[in-house]
Amino acid sequence: MAVLEVSGLTKRYPGVTALDAVDLDVRPGEVHVLIGENGAGKSTMVRCLSGIERPDAGGMTLYGERYQPDSAADALQAGVRVVHQELALLPNLSVAENLFLHHLPHRAGVVDRSALNRMARDLLTEVGLDLSPRTPVERLGIAQMQLVEIAKALSGQCRLLIMDEPTATLTPKETGRLFEILRRLTATGVAVIYISHHLEEIFEIGDRVTVLRNGKHVTTQEVAGLTTAELVRFMVGRDLAHEYPPVRPRELGAELLRVTDLKITPAAPSLSLAVRAGEVVGVAGLVNSGRTEAMRAIFGADRSASGRVEVRGRPARLRHPRTAVRAGMSFLTEDRKAQGLVLDLSIAANMSLANLPAVSRFGLLNRAAEAASASALAEKLRVASRGVRQHVRALSGGNQQKVVLGRWLAADTDLLIVDEPTRGIDVGARYEIHQLLLDLADAGKGLLVVSSDLPELLGICDRIIVFSRGAIAGEVPRAEFDAERVLNLAYSGYLKGVAV
Amino acid sequence: MTAVTAPRAVGGRWASQVLGEAGIGVALVALVAFFLAFAPYFGTSQNVRDIMTQITINTILAVGMTFVILVGGIDLSVGSVIALCAVVAGTAMTDSGLPTALAVPFAILVSVVIGAVTGFVNGFVTERWVVPSFIVTLGMLYVARGAAQQYTGAATIYDLPPGLTRFGTATFAGLPAVFVVAMLLVAVAWFVLSRTVFGRLIYATGNNEEAVRLSGHRTSLIKVACFVIGGACVGVAAIIYMARLGVASPILGQGYELNAIAAVVIGGASLAGGRGSVVGTLLGACLLGVLSNGLNLMGVSDFQRTMVTGAVIIVAVVLDAYRRRLSVRLS
Repeated sequence: MAVLEVSGLTKRYPGVTALDAVDLDVRPGEVHVLIGENGAGKSTMVRCLSGIERPDAGGMTLYGERYQPDSAADALQAGVRVVHQELALLPNLSVAENLFLHHLPHRAGVVDRSALNRMARDLLTEVGLDLSPRTPVERLGIAQMQLVEIAKALSGQCRLLIMDEPTATLTPKETGRLFEILRRLTATGVAVIYISHHLEEIFEIGDRVTVLRNGKHVTTQEVAGLTTAELVRFMVGRDLAHEYPPVRPRELGAELLRVTDLKITPAAPSLSLAVRAGEVVGVAGLVNSGRTEAMRAIFGADRSASGRVEVRGRPARLRHPRTAVRAGMSFLTEDRKAQGLVLDLSIAANMSLANLPAVSRFGLLNRAAEAASASALAEKLRVASRGVRQHVRALSGGNQQKVVLGRWLAADTDLLIVDEPTRGIDVGARYEIHQLLLDLADAGKGLLVVSSDLPELLGICDRIIVFSRGAIAGEVPRAEFDAERVLNLAYSGYLKGVAV
Repeated sequence: MTAVTAPRAVGGRWASQVLGEAGIGVALVALVAFFLAFAPYFGTSQNVRDIMTQITINTILAVGMTFVILVGGIDLSVGSVIALCAVVAGTAMTDSGLPTALAVPFAILVSVVIGAVTGFVNGFVTERWVVPSFIVTLGMLYVARGAAQQYTGAATIYDLPPGLTRFGTATFAGLPAVFVVAMLLVAVAWFVLSRTVFGRLIYATGNNEEAVRLSGHRTSLIKVACFVIGGACVGVAAIIYMARLGVASPILGQGYELNAIAAVVIGGASLAGGRGSVVGTLLGACLLGVLSNGLNLMGVSDFQRTMVTGAVIIVAVVLDAYRRRLSVRLS
């Protein structure tokens, strides 16, 4: 009997179907690998399995019984253990307390410390961690924390173990130890769902692999006999036929931005890139590949360790976004709610935020001018609203994104860095935003477009810079655009010596 | 496409506006009506002037506090700083040997500068070392109180210039002069917050600091400036205090910070920042003043008044939270 059977699992978020009737079956004692591009639905799958999200449709059974967790506690109760990508340890508590937080051994309500520490020591030995169970978690290194998190998953009854990118912070040696643990576990019949970006790990630990793409189940196959190239092809698929506006040939102008030997931290790889006027440069890479960090450093949003940034040939010391904006840069952030919008202010106020001098005199706001300028932008961007005095909180995602874009259009800078410009946006607004970006390039602006949506980059960019593991892994010009080539570059930093 | 109007939405907006902004005003009107009916002498012009005088200091402190709270800060040092401002400015008047015509303006300058400097220290430490302003200003509460006592050797200053104390009881166009000063401050603060670029940036920073920073603004500067404004208001309040009571004592002002915070919060501000208005703050201060005055006239004891005031603060924020949820649902 299958450990877990998932049929027709569907989860919709406003504007996007994260999981679309996905089937999955996990057998006892197997390591079932789940792969897919960013946004393919892996994380949503984990969230549904672990009771964090409730699916909109579809059913799950666990050992033949109906499994419908309403909360993380339900999942735990059923024996489904999850090691999440983000660590969920309490830094001030000891390792032992973290391991057994849900069921601390006690006598009449008083924690039985000796039993607790004894149990913790056994568990730590099992995952090969040699440290005192009394150590506060905050004193551990990140890899040790990861192992504690894994030990925590094993601390109770465990019938199905789900691991979301468990090796992201582990060294090869620690990864090897983790795999030993997994093999021991599976030998006792525990099933494991394993999510990873590291393709070579799939061949090392996986029994079967399921590929998701755009929320849909693509294939489930035995790992033996597959090649990395085949896997990549499954992930990319052939349906790249999204609608994109036509890209007209453009004369490239002077160099707007040149970044030389930028290092985020002293030990980080050095990054160099350039953007010319009228050029749309794509920035591809997996989440956490360092693409957003690089953009933030270029814009001065975060300090960087070293490197030179030149705007129009002039060196710019970008320590603060203020200097970047003055030098002629815009930055549309990936998280529009946390870093872009001022939700309780009006559309007009949000649009003027980077360009207040244009709508004020001697520090006094000219609200009529502000509203007029915002109205013109809202019309151009086709923002659906009750007028520019409306608060942006009530707008849909696509309209909110247009408002932030409007802010940078108002600032009218030569160079725009846009991070995930169409994430979580419906198809119609996507097309409009793509058109707008291309119009800007036609007007001689330079654009850096960061996106996890590869078809988007292939659709509108002149060339694509690919990040992998903090470094620039390569660059692909439009003439040679090929999804597989970009993806292979994106994964290259994570492939430790495995030929693709 | 720019103005897609749904009739229901417009109705919702109207309702949410009424609920969102007029709530505190409605409560104040109801309270006044209640006291007019049940508290003897409440509606006499002399009593109205009394109320105005009584709420002056808290209104001034609360206006300053509004700036601090709008950027997500809090200033607990207000009650101590007002004492420090008062004793130093008081001494400047009594000991400087200047004629009254010069001594009083000099004292005002001293008081406002001391207030502004403590505000700057509060804001600078908060921003430079990224620590909660709650803790920084709690420290300043002690420092300023100790400094005030040290400065006078714990003595109270009595012989303030009569010109100053005359101002404390003077009327202007039938209104207490000190209250007129408070209203001028309210007007200026309203103008700054609603009509200037700086005011816009205050709201925006309180709402989403990172978005404002990434739009090219130095948000730290904005936040420190709000603490400085808050401190300067304390300096003004110290002068008003001396004008009204004719003394400057190092132990004056205890608990004033809490009254000011209460007025701001009742006025509809969010302690998380980004929401609130100086008009709301004024209404909040009025509500507290009317409540205290009316209960007093009804013969309610001091202790009971304190309890009622506390209950009103709690009810006000609970109603505010409820109102806000309702208005969000309606819009």
